[in-house]
Amino acid sequence: MNDMQFLTWVRGTGLDIAVGIFVLGVLWRLIEIYSLGRKMDLSPPREAAGASGWHTIFRRSVPPPGMVKRSPVSYIGGYTFHIGLAIVVFLFAPHILLIKDLTGLSWPALPSQFIDLVTVITMAAMVVVLADRINKPVKRYLSTFGDWFTWTLTFLPLLTGWLAVQHLLLPYTWMLALHILSVELLLIFLPFTKLFHAFTVFGSRWYIGKINGHRGVPV
Amino acid sequence: MQGPLIDTLARQGVTRRAFMKYCATLASMMALPPAAGRAMAEAMAAVPAASRRPSVIWLPFQECTGCTESITRSHSPSIEGLIFDAISLDYQETLMAAAGHQAEEALHNAMKENAGKYLLIIDGSIPLGLDGAYSCIAGKSNLESLKEAAAGAAAIVAMGSCAAYGGIPKANPNPTGAVSVSDIIKDKPIINIPGCPPIPVVMTGVLAHFLTFGSLPEMDSKGRPKAFYGETIHDRCYRRPFYDQGKFAHTFDDEGARNGWCLFELGCKGPVTYNACATVKWNAGTSWPVESGHGCLGCSEPDFWDGGGFYKALSMPADPLKMGAAAAAVGAAAGVALSFANRGKKSAAKSAHETTTLADLEK
Repeated sequence: MNDMQFLTWVRGTGLDIAVGIFVLGVLWRLIEIYSLGRKMDLSPPREAAGASGWHTIFRRSVPPPGMVKRSPVSYIGGYTFHIGLAIVVFLFAPHILLIKDLTGLSWPALPSQFIDLVTVITMAAMVVVLADRINKPVKRYLSTFGDWFTWTLTFLPLLTGWLAVQHLLLPYTWMLALHILSVELLLIFLPFTKLFHAFTVFGSRWYIGKINGHRGVPV
Repeated sequence: MQGPLIDTLARQGVTRRAFMKYCATLASMMALPPAAGRAMAEAMAAVPAASRRPSVIWLPFQECTGCTESITRSHSPSIEGLIFDAISLDYQETLMAAAGHQAEEALHNAMKENAGKYLLIIDGSIPLGLDGAYSCIAGKSNLESLKEAAAGAAAIVAMGSCAAYGGIPKANPNPTGAVSVSDIIKDKPIINIPGCPPIPVVMTGVLAHFLTFGSLPEMDSKGRPKAFYGETIHDRCYRRPFYDQGKFAHTFDDEGARNGWCLFELGCKGPVTYNACATVKWNAGTSWPVESGHGCLGCSEPDFWDGGGFYKALSMPADPLKMGAAAAAVGAAAGVALSFANRGKKSAAKSAHETTTLADLEK
């Protein structure tokens, strides 16, 4: 298989399989999780300012007082790479074209040099949070295979995409094909790993906020 | 032609200075050291009378003659075309006056007299289906002709994408079983000059290198001369700044197209195509596809016909996604089935629940 055949395969059959598994997995898990339901809380609700599902969704996007100082790498690194990922994935012109082709939705893109800079910052932030996870005994103890695996799945598309644009390591065609392949691996594993938080994070926050809000506790 | 090539050129109005300039340009285009230009000029200028000129045999197989058209038309009657005067083109169906038995005779004489020394140029792919019956010349299949001619060749030039990689004939579903020259010949030096058609100066550059140094120039992993196929169209494209700025033509007649913005969205394959179009251009440097407003088709890459369509951007799916709807149905069904299973488990646990009383604990 030469580079063009490989590229055409990842753009064709490979993408079809990856998107298929992604859609299958996402629907399966969302339906399974949300159909679990919760027991009706029959106690009378307590009113408290700022205690609701919606409040929690927003509140948990902001670090609690003092936490940034206590755990700067987790917060600053975490924010940086999440925001960076969103910019790189959703505001790079070729990515928007793919989304447009699949969904019909499109929006303006950012200049590619800016995306390039954001990619480097995002990768740096990811490396720092990984180093922190390895260095801090508690974090290391809490980490499972799933954590190392999902870090790798997230990092590879960034790395291969950047290497492709920079013409490093391999000829562009091979690197572009590897980039698309790495994204396909991410799509395939996303519904079945911790990465599924992309779909559940706000839902679970709402649940927690709602339950605690009923008890009059703004969390 | 009588006497050395330089005399012939002089008779045709080409000055020594123009000839030296051409050789120096060719050498620099091929990224050769400065002295190579002089060596080329000396080697080509000194090519003597007809009998001793290096023999070149050009065999056409499953092809459209576009490669020959490209070579003969685009720069003629410039100095470039005259490089052919340095060689003895002993067989070229389109250009030769002879036909039938005479042509065959010329071919076999050339092969016999120059055994082991001639340069073999092939354009077109070789069909293997039906024992090669899809394309025959003088009662022989292309496969037979290629093997016969390759046996005595010093080197082989696979001219155009068909000879280099199979090209259009090899496109899905490849009805004739077309293959490239390098799929068949394994024991001779082969250089690929892909393109549909290839750029004339690439062809003459390779010829000049062969005449000067007696060998083929440095090649990339796909057997192409690195000097001409070392960079992508995208990297050398004059519209590249628009790509970087995120300025794209969305259709062939919108404002972006009129402003000359990047054609990536319209399916340009420049980012994955290695060729010299963006720097050398076509028709004596007049223009090239992107300059005329159309994206690169990627014609110098293998299997460019099966790359998912000329008008689909590289980041778009090559084929329509077929599994999405079925996957959604299966995923939803799996989710619903599991939710019923989970509820069943929950109610089973509830009904199996036994109340523990104080009396039980005191037992």
